[in-house]
Amino acid sequence: MSLPTTPSQTVGPFFAIGLPWEGGPLAAAADVPGAMRIRGTVYDGAGTPVSDALVETWQADPEGRFADLHGHGGPSALAGFRGFARCGAEQGDGSFEIRTVKPGCLPGPHGARQAPHIDVSVFARGLLHRCVTRMYFADEHEANAADPVLASVPAARRETLLAAPIDGGYRFDIHLQGLKETVFFAL
Amino acid sequence: MRSVQTRLDTPRSYMREPGGAHPPLDCPPYRSSALRHPKQPLVYLPHTITEITGPRLLSELPVSEHDNDLTRQHEGEPIGERITVSGRVLDTEGRPLRDTLVEIWQANAAGRYAHRADRWPAPLDPNFSGAGRCVTGEDGRYRFTTIKPGAYPWGNSENAWRPAHIHFSLLGRAFVQRLVTQMYFPGDELLALDPIFNSVAEAKARERMLSRLSIERTQPHWALAYEFDVYLRGPQATPFEEAH
Repeated sequence: MSLPTTPSQTVGPFFAIGLPWEGGPLAAAADVPGAMRIRGTVYDGAGTPVSDALVETWQADPEGRFADLHGHGGPSALAGFRGFARCGAEQGDGSFEIRTVKPGCLPGPHGARQAPHIDVSVFARGLLHRCVTRMYFADEHEANAADPVLASVPAARRETLLAAPIDGGYRFDIHLQGLKETVFFAL
Repeated sequence: MRSVQTRLDTPRSYMREPGGAHPPLDCPPYRSSALRHPKQPLVYLPHTITEITGPRLLSELPVSEHDNDLTRQHEGEPIGERITVSGRVLDTEGRPLRDTLVEIWQANAAGRYAHRADRWPAPLDPNFSGAGRCVTGEDGRYRFTTIKPGAYPWGNSENAWRPAHIHFSLLGRAFVQRLVTQMYFPGDELLALDPIFNSVAEAKARERMLSRLSIERTQPHWALAYEFDVYLRGPQATPFEEAH
C-alpha cells in the first residue's frame, strides 16, 4: 500500500538565505579536463528576467557515469566531478552560470541510446512546483537525432532544449512561458 | 543471458505521481504564478538513469554541528518561542531515506526574513539568520532547533498574510525525489485564507504539510516539539523497467 507524497510548495522569494552556497554552481572543479561554463537567463511570460529563480542541474560525466549515491551504472571515476550544481539567479537580471563538463551518451529505455543531456530543475516565487527540463547540446546533431526523449517532443519545440555553443561553453535560456516557452517534462 | 544482465543493470523506476499530488503550476489565486507557469502541456519523461540517480553532497557541503540549531549560530540567543522540529524522511512505501540533505529557511519571530529584499518593517534579530541544514540518519530522522516563525503580510492582495511556516528543501536520493515544500503549524487560522497552502486541492493532501505538536518529544522547561514527516515518491512496485 503506497502512501501519498508530501505536496510541493513554492521556494518563495527568500530562498537565498538557505539554499545557495559558495561552491554550489560548480558541478565540476576548474581543473577537471574539459571544464566549461553554461550560462543562461530565466524569463517569465512577459519576457522579463526572473530575478528570484533557483536553477539546479544533474548530469553524468563524459564517460556516462554518475557521482551518485547509488553507484548505478558504475560510479564516476573523474576526480573533482560532482554532477550537481545549484545556482540562485539572484543578481537581479535572472542569469545563472554553472561550471561543469559535457556529459557522455547514456543508455535509454528499450535499448535506445540517449544523447548527452543535463536534467534541470527551476524553482521560483510563483512556481508552486519545480519545472523540470533537459538541456541538450546543439552541436551533437547525430546523437540528438537518435535520442528517444527528444524524439517524443514536438519537432517545432525541440530547439528550446538545445544549448548553443558560445565562447568557453554553452548558453541555455529558460522561458517559463510565452512564444519561446521551454519544453518542460512530467516526471 | 543477455536479458538477465539487462534486468540487473536496469535500475528501478519510480512511481508516477497521481494528478493532484502537487499544486497546479497555474494557480490564479496566487498572483505570482500568472506569468511564470508554462502553458504548453508537459511532456512525459521516462525515468532513465539520469532521473533515478541523485547527488551525494556530503563531502562538498560540510554540515557542521550548529547547522541544525538555528538558536546557536550567533553570540546571543534569538528572541522568540524556542521549538524543535524533527521527523523522518520516508518514501511512499514507508521506508526511511538515509543520508539525504534537509535544508530549512524561515522568517524570525517577528515574521521578518534576514534577506535584503524583505521590506516588511518588523525588526530583524541580530541573533537569527534563519537557515539550517542537516542530513538524515539511518532511520531517516532529522532534527532542528529553531524559534517559531511569525506570520507576515505579503503583496498578493490588499490584506494578505502568510501563515507561520518553515521552508523545507529535500534533495532525496534520486532526481525524481527532489522536493521543496513548506511546513505549517497546527491550528493556525491563517491557513484557511492562504492561497499557497490552499493551492493543494485536497484537504487530505494539505494535511501532509502540517506539523503536529508532540508532547512526548517536548523537552520540559526548554522547547515545545513539532513533528513533521516528509514523504518522497518511492519506487514502482515492479522492479522492471516501466511499461509504456
